[in-house]
Amino acid sequence: MEVPILKQGHYLIASIQSALTDADLSQLREALIERVGRFRARGVIVDVTALDVMDSFAVRTLRDIAHMARLRGAETVIVGIQPEVAFAMVQLGLTLKGVSTALDLEEGLLFLDQQAQLRIERGTGRIDRG
Amino acid sequence: MATKGKDAQSVPADPQAQSESTAALLRELVAHLRQNRTQLREEWARRITRAQLLTAMTEEEIFAEATSVYDNYVEALETGTFEALQAYARNLSERIIPRGVETHEVVGIVLLLRDVLARSLFAKYHGDFDKLNRILDAYEPAANRIANTVAVGFVQERERIIRQQQEAIRELSTPVLQVRERLLILPIIGVIDPQRARQLTEQLLRAIRTNRAKVVVIDITGVAAMDSNVANHLVQTVEASRLLGATVIVTGLSPEIAQTLVTIGVDLSEMATVGDLQGGIEEAERLLGYKVVPQEELTPKA
Repeated sequence: MEVPILKQGHYLIASIQSALTDADLSQLREALIERVGRFRARGVIVDVTALDVMDSFAVRTLRDIAHMARLRGAETVIVGIQPEVAFAMVQLGLTLKGVSTALDLEEGLLFLDQQAQLRIERGTGRIDRG
Repeated sequence: MATKGKDAQSVPADPQAQSESTAALLRELVAHLRQNRTQLREEWARRITRAQLLTAMTEEEIFAEATSVYDNYVEALETGTFEALQAYARNLSERIIPRGVETHEVVGIVLLLRDVLARSLFAKYHGDFDKLNRILDAYEPAANRIANTVAVGFVQERERIIRQQQEAIRELSTPVLQVRERLLILPIIGVIDPQRARQLTEQLLRAIRTNRAKVVVIDITGVAAMDSNVANHLVQTVEASRLLGATVIVTGLSPEIAQTLVTIGVDLSEMATVGDLQGGIEEAERLLGYKVVPQEELTPKA
């Protein structure tokens, strides 16, 4: 199943609706990285609220998305990890090191706004925010 | 049952014939027990009192319980099925455990009943030694199994109650409290075993979600000792909370714990630690953008 990717201002939002196969995940990764450039996106939000399992491939793909998007100039935040999923992940040692996380979509958007603000203050970000 | 003579025993060759004769003997036995119900029951209750068992109960209660145990006992002997007796033993245990009846008392009274009944068999068959032996052969395995069933039922019930209480204590001992909008504190007191650590983490993660917490302060002032297992659980809790978008601050590491952790080489570089709970809450407020100002500093400007 293809994951819909929505554009909201400077951000891209990918909302995963059901369990994904490895191929679906790879496809999502490629689509997101491609679109980060096409839409000149500054943030990527991947919403995993609907997932009640997360295997090592999924976690690795999410981490790859975050790192690749950063290379293309966008900050990534993973939102909506369920408590049970989080617990299982740390037990398996899948801790998404170096990737930002937030409680839900709202928090994720807020986080990206704050990051953008910080970059402007530091003078490292693009200043064409509108 | 020291008088039992193995030599006098007649051994039937065919096992089927043996089980048939056992059944017949048990029937006879049950009839005997039914006939002498009043007298045997009284004798038993008397012995219980004399042995100073079930001191938590009154004599009337003992007699009432003795009656129903006796009837269930005879029934189990007659039918050879133990379900009813098991259910009764559980029910009895439920009633008497809260009154402080001990395991040795329950086992004691069942063994007393066994003795009382065996004595009555001796009295009845003392003229016919061979018959007595065969009756005892039929009676003893059944009686032992009954004693076993009752004792096991009692112990199981006790263990169930203990488990229930452990659960209750565990739940009481890990409160997750909200002290400010989006700020939770989790004071941990006592020993952390793997099961408790797991439950603690689950409770915290659920609370983070329902309270939409951004910062959590875990205070371990009340934790006396920590080993690498517990430390790893703590690290896992911090990691899992981060996956939900919450920052964790650990406070109250005692000098001993700090030394232990460094000595055993647990990697706590991912963990934010602050000396005491106050410092932790102040740090958390800073992260959340709160600024606490004394009132007199505000009033002159107004």
